[in-house]
Amino acid sequence: MSAPTLRIADLGLGFRTWAGPVEVLHGISLHINKGERVALVGESGSGKSVTARIVLGLLQELKSARISGTVEFEGRDLDRLSARERHALRGTRMSMIFQDPTSSLNPVYRIAPQFHEVLKRAEPAISEAAARARAAALLSAVAIPEPERALDSYSFQLSGGMNQRVMIAMALANEPALLIADEPGTALDVTVQAQTLALMRDMVEEHHTSVLFISHNLGVVREFADRVYVIYKGRIVEHATAEGLFADPRHPYTRALLSAVPRITGGGIPEIEDVSEDYFQPLVVHEGCGEPEGAA
Amino acid sequence: MTGLLSLRNVSKVFTLGQREIRAVDDVSFDVVEGECLAIVGESGSGKSTIANMILGIYPPSMGTIAWRGDVLPARRELRHRRAIQLVQQNPLSSLNPRRSVGASLRLPLDVHGIGDRSHRADRVARLLEEVGLPADFMNRSPAALSGGQRQRVAIARALASESDLVVLDEPTSALDVLVQARVLKLLADLRDKRGLTYVFITHDLSVVRNIADRVAVFEKGCLRELGTTEAIFANPQHAYTRRLIAAVPVVADAEVALRNRLMENDDAAA
Amino acid sequence: MKRAAYILVRNPLSLTGVILIALVVFGALFADLIAPFPEHRGAVVDFANFNKPPEWPYLFGTDLVGRDLFSRILYAYRISLLLGVVVLAIAVPIGVTIGLVAGYVGGWVEYVLMRITDVFLSIPPLVLAMSMMGLLEPTLTNGMLAVTAMWWPWYTRLVYNLTRSEKEEGYVLAAEVIGASRAHTIFREILPNCVPSIVTKMTLDLGFVILIASSLSFLGLGVQPPTPDLGSMVADGAKYLPDSWWLTVFPGLAILVAVFGFNLLGDALRDILGVDQ
Repeated sequence: MSAPTLRIADLGLGFRTWAGPVEVLHGISLHINKGERVALVGESGSGKSVTARIVLGLLQELKSARISGTVEFEGRDLDRLSARERHALRGTRMSMIFQDPTSSLNPVYRIAPQFHEVLKRAEPAISEAAARARAAALLSAVAIPEPERALDSYSFQLSGGMNQRVMIAMALANEPALLIADEPGTALDVTVQAQTLALMRDMVEEHHTSVLFISHNLGVVREFADRVYVIYKGRIVEHATAEGLFADPRHPYTRALLSAVPRITGGGIPEIEDVSEDYFQPLVVHEGCGEPEGAA
Repeated sequence: MTGLLSLRNVSKVFTLGQREIRAVDDVSFDVVEGECLAIVGESGSGKSTIANMILGIYPPSMGTIAWRGDVLPARRELRHRRAIQLVQQNPLSSLNPRRSVGASLRLPLDVHGIGDRSHRADRVARLLEEVGLPADFMNRSPAALSGGQRQRVAIARALASESDLVVLDEPTSALDVLVQARVLKLLADLRDKRGLTYVFITHDLSVVRNIADRVAVFEKGCLRELGTTEAIFANPQHAYTRRLIAAVPVVADAEVALRNRLMENDDAAA
Repeated sequence: MKRAAYILVRNPLSLTGVILIALVVFGALFADLIAPFPEHRGAVVDFANFNKPPEWPYLFGTDLVGRDLFSRILYAYRISLLLGVVVLAIAVPIGVTIGLVAGYVGGWVEYVLMRITDVFLSIPPLVLAMSMMGLLEPTLTNGMLAVTAMWWPWYTRLVYNLTRSEKEEGYVLAAEVIGASRAHTIFREILPNCVPSIVTKMTLDLGFVILIASSLSFLGLGVQPPTPDLGSMVADGAKYLPDSWWLTVFPGLAILVAVFGFNLLGDALRDILGVDQ
């Protein structure tokens, strides 16, 4: 059996600041099997985004950050890789989609040369014409009506939804093993967000891409993920299948979070504590989602 | 029903170089005293333009806005400014980072001459208490507050001038869900206690469902649908309203059922 | 305070700036106590000890009429700093006010104010100062006047740009909705948010004002003898290079230390006050 796409074990992160050291992650563990869509859900400051940044190898170079624990990507320990090797992984085996698609694209260049750069990461010798043909095919796969016209546009000439589609096409262009999506589409209108999420789901399913999906929105997580980790103040508090989590939330924090979401069926605004000792109760793991594949 | 605030055939046209953009197109509706009216739409719907016209940031290009029957002029008197206040989406930017919480809360008292000078500090303390914050927060800088606490200060500021109508512009969309629940609760309580009227601008229909009395749905500057919250969610008349409701990411099975029922109607119609 | 100390300790260059400027300011303030020959600030002649290389008690050597260079440099610092402080004390309030008003009010007010500013900015500073000094008497007061005239537009530009972006912030909208006066919004809401950038620029500028003033006196248009001035000391000594090297090297180094120190201090303040670049 092959190693899981991503395995994080006992990951800790601290920062040195003027007010003294600050612990951001208190030893979190998670894994993503091949082709699995896994969500890391939590509020702002929970540590979900820094986790993504460590996986991408973006925090390792920061002098004030102290990282402990292991991060294995396709069986390789990221700690043992040089900064250059980690850089080589980004945009090829690992790619990312961020919150605001429009600011992720460079407004000074048309889409085509930016796409060329992306394809060059995996295939340095690719010609402009070949890249253009590939890009056009990829854009039509994400349901962009006139791919040729989109390639000759600047990001500010396209709508937010179109830019998000371009970002999805770029992120999947080099057939990555892992896609990290950090609050994708949060900056978009709800109707556009719903469409792009459905599209992203279809695309990763088709390519068997593993996804680490970072979000604060439980509704979005429910529609997208197979498996969910709930993170609270740098600790994973609940780990369950998406179905299991929403049908039967067990950790006090998850329960509070779920009941705080206003329902379109009504029912008013519930009375909920935003801080509670109970939220620090130990990790709850649902049955059927314990160990990663291939673990001894 | 007489409106506290009435918009009649209101349009707003912006000129951008050679182009004219009609942000709001011939809109009429009333805001009834004591209600929470939700103004719902996506970007480009004109909902922010409507909010700005209600607040008097700029006048309508055509049509009139009346307050208790008096048509408001382009340059408003201070008493009308006092009556209509605002809570913005982003409390990080809406509170001046270089002024203390107390200074921000004192401004409306000073501008409108509310209470006598020596008692204004007490008033600020009472306002903080009213939004569930300790009085000594008046000496803090906004940077030392959490997002939810900042939004409570912004709400206190909107109440400080003893306003009658508060425009809530996406007041909870920058907040975490647990904090959102508590801030929405606070808004509901304050409304009951002070008899406030709310115009709640948002794109989030799940929040609307739980706080608004009536809903106005806007798309491309036009009012598509206006009705009571129950009616809009039970039987939305406009296809755009149905699309908006269906796009809400939901967490419960009952919600999925509602969504599917709404979309079935559309599929059947198509 | 703790944060400031942390930033300084973590950045040796910033700490260097603080120490250099502390030494310069200390030397200038207490020149009367520190200088070995305080009377050498004036027209003193001591032909017994003229043109001496650095040796005790003449730390930096003596000039052509036998005055101690170290003492004269301390007094020159005093005048340079005074010049810098006075220039900024006049130029900054003028420049800042114009920038705030132009940026906030907009329309034709903005147009007129900013075009005037642009005219001043388009003249090279040294040329403007030189022509003003040419028209007027070359005295210290007129020197200050000339440097001030070319300094305020930089603050107008800086504050104008800051105001235009601060105007978009929610707190300005909030003040308008409440019904606050324009004066309140400009001076009580927007101005405090410009202060960190202004203070940082003032620190950097103290160095540049000293440099410009030195350049003017190097050209004979600034501070007049016998008042000690770093620029004229370099100019006078330049004729005797390389033999009497101390005549130029020490005043030159003194200019360098002050300018470099204020630059480093400006960078440190930018970090401490959290100014965006």
